[in-house]
Amino acid sequence: MIVYLVRRFGQSLLAIAAMAVLVFLGVYAIGNPVDILISPEATQADIIATTERLGLDKPLYEQFGIFIWNALHGDLGNSFVYGRPALDIILERLPATMELALVALVISVGFGVPLGVWAGLRPTSLAGRTIMGGSILGFSLPNFWQGMLLILVFAVLLGWLPAGGRGETTEFLGLEVSFLTLDGLSHLILPAINLALFKMSLIIRLARANTREVALQDYVKFARAKGLSTRRVVLVHILKNIMIPVVTIIGLELGSMVAFAIVTETVFAWPGMGKLLIDSINLLDRPLIVAYLMLTVLIIVMINLLVDVLYSMLDPRIRLSEMKG
Amino acid sequence: MRERTLPILAGLMATVAMPALAQDLSIGLKSEATSMDPSFHQLSTNTQVLLNVFEALTKQDALQMVEPSLATEWEAVDDTTWRFTLRDGVTFHDGTPFTAHDVIYTYCRVPLVENSPSSFTIYTGVIADMQAEDDHTLIITTKAAHPLLPTEIAQLPIVSAETLGAEDTITFGPDGTCEGMGDVPQSPAFSSPDVAVGTGPYKLDSYTRGTELVLTRNEEYWGGTPNWAEVTMRPITSDGPRVAALLSGDVDMIESPPIQDIDRITGEGFKVVDALSNRIIYLAMDQEGEAPSISGTDGENPLLDARVREAISLAINRDAIAERIMGGYAQPAGELLPPPMFGSNDRPVDPYDPERAQELLAEAGYPDGFEITLGTPNDRYINDAQVAQAVAQMLAQVGITVNVDASTASQFFSRRNAQEFPLYMAGWGASSGEMSSPLKSLVATYDAEAGMGVTNAGRYSNPEMDEILTQAMSTIDDEERDTLLQQAESIVLDEFGIIPLHYEQTVWAMTPELDYEPRVDQYTIAREVVPSEGEN
Repeated sequence: MIVYLVRRFGQSLLAIAAMAVLVFLGVYAIGNPVDILISPEATQADIIATTERLGLDKPLYEQFGIFIWNALHGDLGNSFVYGRPALDIILERLPATMELALVALVISVGFGVPLGVWAGLRPTSLAGRTIMGGSILGFSLPNFWQGMLLILVFAVLLGWLPAGGRGETTEFLGLEVSFLTLDGLSHLILPAINLALFKMSLIIRLARANTREVALQDYVKFARAKGLSTRRVVLVHILKNIMIPVVTIIGLELGSMVAFAIVTETVFAWPGMGKLLIDSINLLDRPLIVAYLMLTVLIIVMINLLVDVLYSMLDPRIRLSEMKG
Repeated sequence: MRERTLPILAGLMATVAMPALAQDLSIGLKSEATSMDPSFHQLSTNTQVLLNVFEALTKQDALQMVEPSLATEWEAVDDTTWRFTLRDGVTFHDGTPFTAHDVIYTYCRVPLVENSPSSFTIYTGVIADMQAEDDHTLIITTKAAHPLLPTEIAQLPIVSAETLGAEDTITFGPDGTCEGMGDVPQSPAFSSPDVAVGTGPYKLDSYTRGTELVLTRNEEYWGGTPNWAEVTMRPITSDGPRVAALLSGDVDMIESPPIQDIDRITGEGFKVVDALSNRIIYLAMDQEGEAPSISGTDGENPLLDARVREAISLAINRDAIAERIMGGYAQPAGELLPPPMFGSNDRPVDPYDPERAQELLAEAGYPDGFEITLGTPNDRYINDAQVAQAVAQMLAQVGITVNVDASTASQFFSRRNAQEFPLYMAGWGASSGEMSSPLKSLVATYDAEAGMGVTNAGRYSNPEMDEILTQAMSTIDDEERDTLLQQAESIVLDEFGIIPLHYEQTVWAMTPELDYEPRVDQYTIAREVVPSEGEN
């Protein structure tokens, strides 16, 4: 077990190191930040002074060395635009993104699992087909277009909900959250639905496929034969067994929702990390871009590591085969 | 955020109460201020927001004419000495009185602000000395004759020396060597309303990065009671969502709605105002020996020939661009700054004459034209990539094959500055509102030491023009300077050193209950938004 853990941990470190190189080189390739940052009225001397202050006059390997050295000390550099530590600025935005992702997760599971089970139990019924058709739409319509359409219908045409922004926030367990106020909640609904639609479709399909499989198993037939109510069969015997793959997917998708809520946040002007990333890319705020991507990599690698470890605990076969390999 | 004991109830009340408060104003901005420190980042996004809270000695009106603000009058004592008379009885938001002491502190602090992405030292660097004759009389000495001082200090809003912890006496020293500054607070501290105190009509209430900036009315304002009890400014960077926010009533006013959406906005009963901006969209041509990315000329650079440059200008149908691509929200340009702004010539727009263009090309020895790359950003100016495509097609009709190389602004400016494009399209907004700004940056001979021609990536150069421009830039007399600037501009345009295309028009959309006098500098300043006549 220890050997397995150490090996997985080593692999994770390697992945992070590889990403550090890729991210830094990638960001380095996209233009000179000083050209964007500095006022057009500035003179050549001002430009040189700013370039030196930001350390951009040094050769690439030196800049990379400084970056790695500081990163190992937990310092991802100062944002060029805000003049403050990049990590602080990102962490300021983290709660907004986490809140959006969690609410979206609740929506996608809350609707996705029941709809999927329903469609799985009655695959040929009109409802079952409608659900499947809907999930295909959820999959294939582009995220930003769905968002714009939601705004158009619910904010512009009907005027029920605001078109964007975060609304009123309150402090909850030391974090600023918006789901506790009516105003905040009304701002939260549309972006959360937008972010949830794709995941919901995924969960519907997963739940449906598994339900169809499980429903044919002997123990389900036996439970029915024993005279248990349909409700009990579905809730206990089927639901429990389809939840294993669903939970796995939820764990992985949560990571990607936190890291890549970019489109939704941009469309709804939601003040999360994703929107910060887009703004930073436009301004070539290299330290912010790098810090964001490194943080994202870290989150996803950690979740994967956790899932792998959980698997090995649940299923000894994985542990054994890994030890041999 | 403010504390709420009963958050849900309060949220409910806020929702219910909102439509009733006609005294509140909310604006959707296309970008967000990076700091609440008025000396941190020289960027229009910051300036337009901070001018509601802070004020400078002078200010620019909607046409960028310099007007009194915290200084009531000023005069040039001699070529390098200015005397400013400061307004009496003005206090900062926290009650500290405004005196010459605060002005000296503010200008002294500029070089001491750390991590500034683009420092205001470009304005304070010219100052050699500052002396307070008394509390409300200030003498500023410049290193050389600097006629634009009253214009440029409109960009330097005044902060309170006492609030920021200065000592009682401050001795001016140039370039960050002032004494008696105390412990200078850095920019992040300004997110707090206790530090960000100015003399302006609105006070900073809260600043939540990425979400909103809330200002409240300054009841003590020296210029009368401001219009709005509360002003909320929200950054909505994407065009579509910004328009949606207006249409759905989330905000009362937005800046820069996309031109394609204007019909939709007016169709829903909203008001749109627009005005010519000080931003000129131009074509610059490589005029320094061998140019890259030109073929069909046996290695020569055809752009060195003034006839070829004229041909390019005559081949472009500016009316068609303004009408069809800019939807009427642009005006064909004949010079670098729209008349009647300071230093402009009232010069007619070059005519559209493709036959003459072809003749000129033939005379210059290129009867079959040549092939050239046109660089352009695709997300910086209004419909920029489409305009470049149109220019390319128009040039193709006179035989010049143009390959448009459009890239995102961050890429484009780096490549442009590295002189990768033999021909490029870009824009210039004259922040000073007069002609020396575009001349100095776009067409003066590139000279890093003198700080001239910074944006002159085509490397146009004419020593005669340089001389007149330098003379103009140190001429205090307005009339004389006006004439010199006109002469300098004529020299450049007569030999087609740069080709003006059009002036952008800036658009604002708002509810019919509001009114805004459109500004040539494209700023959206909340203090200048007023309830429309006949309403309220």
